[in-house]
Amino acid sequence: MKLQVIKKSKLFLIISLVVILIGLVMIPIRGLNVGIDFSGGTLLQIELNERIEVSEIREITDSFDPSASIVHAGLNQTQVIIKTTLDMESPERYEVFSQFKERYQLTEEAFLHQQKFEPSIGQEIQNRALISVLIAAIGILIYITLRFEWQFGLSAVAALLHDVLIGIAVYSILRIPINSSFIAAMLTIVGYSINDTIVVFDRIRENMKSMHKVPFEEIIDTSISQTIVRSINTSMTTLFAITALYVFGVEAIREFALPLIVGILAGTYSSIFIASPIWYRLKIRKSRINYYNPNKASK
Amino acid sequence: MKNKNRLVFALILILVLGAVYLSIYGLEMDQYKISPYRDEIKLGLDLSGGVYVVLEAVTDATGQELDEKMAQTRAIIAQRVDGLGVSEPNITIENRDRIRVELAGLSNPQEAIDLIGKTAMLQFIEPDGTVILTGQNVRDSVVTYNERNEIGVSLEFDNIGATAFSEATGRLLNEPMEQDRIIRIVLDDEVISSPFVSAHIRDGRSFISGGFTIDSASNLANLIKAGALPVEMREVEISAIGPSLGLESLDRSIFAAMIGLILIFAFMLIFYRLPGLVANVALTLYILIVLGIVIGLNANLTLPGIAGLILSVGMAVDANVVIFERIKEEMQVGKTIRTSVDSGFKRAMSTIVDANVTTLIAGVVLFYFGTGPIRGFAVTLLIGLLTSLFTALVITRLLLKLVVKMDLTRSKKMYGVKEVAR
Repeated sequence: MKLQVIKKSKLFLIISLVVILIGLVMIPIRGLNVGIDFSGGTLLQIELNERIEVSEIREITDSFDPSASIVHAGLNQTQVIIKTTLDMESPERYEVFSQFKERYQLTEEAFLHQQKFEPSIGQEIQNRALISVLIAAIGILIYITLRFEWQFGLSAVAALLHDVLIGIAVYSILRIPINSSFIAAMLTIVGYSINDTIVVFDRIRENMKSMHKVPFEEIIDTSISQTIVRSINTSMTTLFAITALYVFGVEAIREFALPLIVGILAGTYSSIFIASPIWYRLKIRKSRINYYNPNKASK
Repeated sequence: MKNKNRLVFALILILVLGAVYLSIYGLEMDQYKISPYRDEIKLGLDLSGGVYVVLEAVTDATGQELDEKMAQTRAIIAQRVDGLGVSEPNITIENRDRIRVELAGLSNPQEAIDLIGKTAMLQFIEPDGTVILTGQNVRDSVVTYNERNEIGVSLEFDNIGATAFSEATGRLLNEPMEQDRIIRIVLDDEVISSPFVSAHIRDGRSFISGGFTIDSASNLANLIKAGALPVEMREVEISAIGPSLGLESLDRSIFAAMIGLILIFAFMLIFYRLPGLVANVALTLYILIVLGIVIGLNANLTLPGIAGLILSVGMAVDANVVIFERIKEEMQVGKTIRTSVDSGFKRAMSTIVDANVTTLIAGVVLFYFGTGPIRGFAVTLLIGLLTSLFTALVITRLLLKLVVKMDLTRSKKMYGVKEVAR
C-alpha cells in the first residue's frame, strides 16, 4: 500500500485553510463564546436531588440574571450549574443558594461548588498561554533545527500552529465557550502533535539516506506509508483514553477532554497531511530530487 | 534455557499482578502496613473538596514596601485560617501583589470564604458600645516590657486612630466607676482583651499590661495584628467545592480511566498479540511507577492532573507502538524474530528520543509559565513522559527479549505481522 499524499497535498492544505479561515472570520462577526473564567463572572453548582427543568430553575435565576446559562450535571442530571457574567460577592451567591435551599428543602452540603472570577485574571491566563506557545514553538524549532535541519523545524512548527488554529476555529464555529481548560488543552496539543510529526520526519530523514537520487515526493509518500499505521494506532489508543474521560468524567474534566479530542484529531491529520507537504514545498525550491549522499563527509 | 525463561516471565507476571493488588487493596501484617495508593495520594482541592481564594492588594505600594506588606498580610491570613482546623493550609504570594489561599477538605466552605474575605474585624469598643477605632487604625502591636518591667502588649495607632483614642481615653478616665473605664478589644465578635483606661493617651502609643505571660502577651499581640491587614485586599477569584462533588469527581475519573485502560489493553492485545501482552505488562508497571512518583513527590493530584496522566498513558503506548511497528517491518523483509526485535529497537530509538524531547520542551514551558491547573497538568505530563521513556526502552525491551527466548512460537503472526515478503 502506497499513499499519495504529495499529489493531493494542495487539497489537504486548502481544507485546513478553509476551516481555519471560517473559524477566524466568525470571531469578529459573532465574537468568541468566552467562558466565565475569562469574561469574569460567577458559577454556582447545586445538588437538587432530582432533575428539575430549566424553566423552573429560571424562575429563581431570572431575578438576578435572565441571561444566565443553566446546564444539568451529575450522574443522574440532578445537579444544576448556573453561570452568569455578573460579579457576585459572597453574600449574593449565598442568597441565590438560599432560594434554592428553601424551595427544594436542601441542606448546606447541596451547595456543591461556587466560583467567581474577575476578568483581569482571564486576560492574564490568555497572555501567559500565548507566551507559552511561542516559547515552546521556538524551543522546538531550535531543537529540530539542531537535530534535523531548519526546513523540518519550520514545517513542524507550522503543523503545530495549524493544530492550535484548528482548535480555535472549531470552538469558534461550534460556539463552545473558551476557558482556561481549553487553553491548557491547546498547550498539550502543542506537545502531542509535535510528537506525531517527528515520527514522520524521522522516517523521511532515514529514507533520505538510502533513497539517493529519488524525488522528494516519492520519499515522503514512502515514509508516510511506512508510519501511517503507527500514527493511527497511537491516536486511537490516546483517543480511547480521552473519550472515556469525556463520556464518564464530571463536567470540569469533560471541558478539558473535548478540546483534547479535537486537538488529537487535528494533530494526527496535520502530521500526515500538512507537515510533510510544507516541508516538501520548502525543499523543492532548490531541487526536486534528493541529492543527499550519506557517504559524503559533509552535507 | 527455554523453561528457565518461561519461569522468569511467569514470575515477573506474578510480581506485577501482586504489585497491582497491593496498590489497590494494600496490606496489613503485624507491624508491616502497606496502604493502598488511594489513601496515600494527596488530592488537590478539586478532588478533596475545599476552597481557594485569590486576593489582590489594592495599593500604590511597590518594591520592597509591597513585599513587606504582602508578607504581613500572608501571616495574618495564615493566623485567621488557623482556627478552621485545616491540616495543611497553603497560602502563597503570587505575582507579588496577590495571595492565593488554598484550604483542602473543608466541610463548610462558606465559613472559610467569609473568614478570609473580611478585611477589618478588630474593633476597640467603649462600654456604651461606641466603636472608637478598628483594626485599620492599628499600625503595630508588639510584646514589650514597660518601665515597671511588667510584660504586656504595646500598641501603635495611625493618626486617625491616635486622635480617636486620645479623645476616648481622655473622656473615659474621668468616669467615676471602674467598669465604665473599660475598653473592649473585640475580634470577630469575641472579646480578646478588656483593659482599663489608666491614663489619657495622646500620642497614639498605648500599653496593655496586667497578668500576662510571654505566651499570652504575644498571643494577644498577634491577634490584634491579625485584625488589621496592612493593605486592603480585593477578592479576584474564588472557588469553593463541596466534599461530595470532589468525591464524585474522583470516583468518576477513576472509572473513566479504568474504561480507557481496558480499551487500550484490549486494542494492544488484538493488534500486536505477544508484543501487545508485553506492552500491557509494561504499561501496568508504568502506571504504578507514575502514581508512586506522584506520591513520593507529595504532589497534589488534581483533575487536570488525572487528564495529564491519562494522556501520558497514550504517549507511553506510543513508544511501544513505534517499536512494534519497526519490528514488524523488520520481520516483513524476512528477518528472524530475534534479529527483528533487536534491530527494531535500535531503529526506533532515535525516533522515540526526538519525539519525547520535543514534547518535553513543551511540558517544561507549560510548567514554567503555567499557574494553578495548568501546572498540575504539566507536572503529571512530565513525570509521565520520563517514566514512559524508561518503561518503553528498558522494561518493554527486557520483557520482549525474554518472550523471544521463551520460544513460544515461531509464527510471526503472533507478533502482529500479516504477510511476510518472500
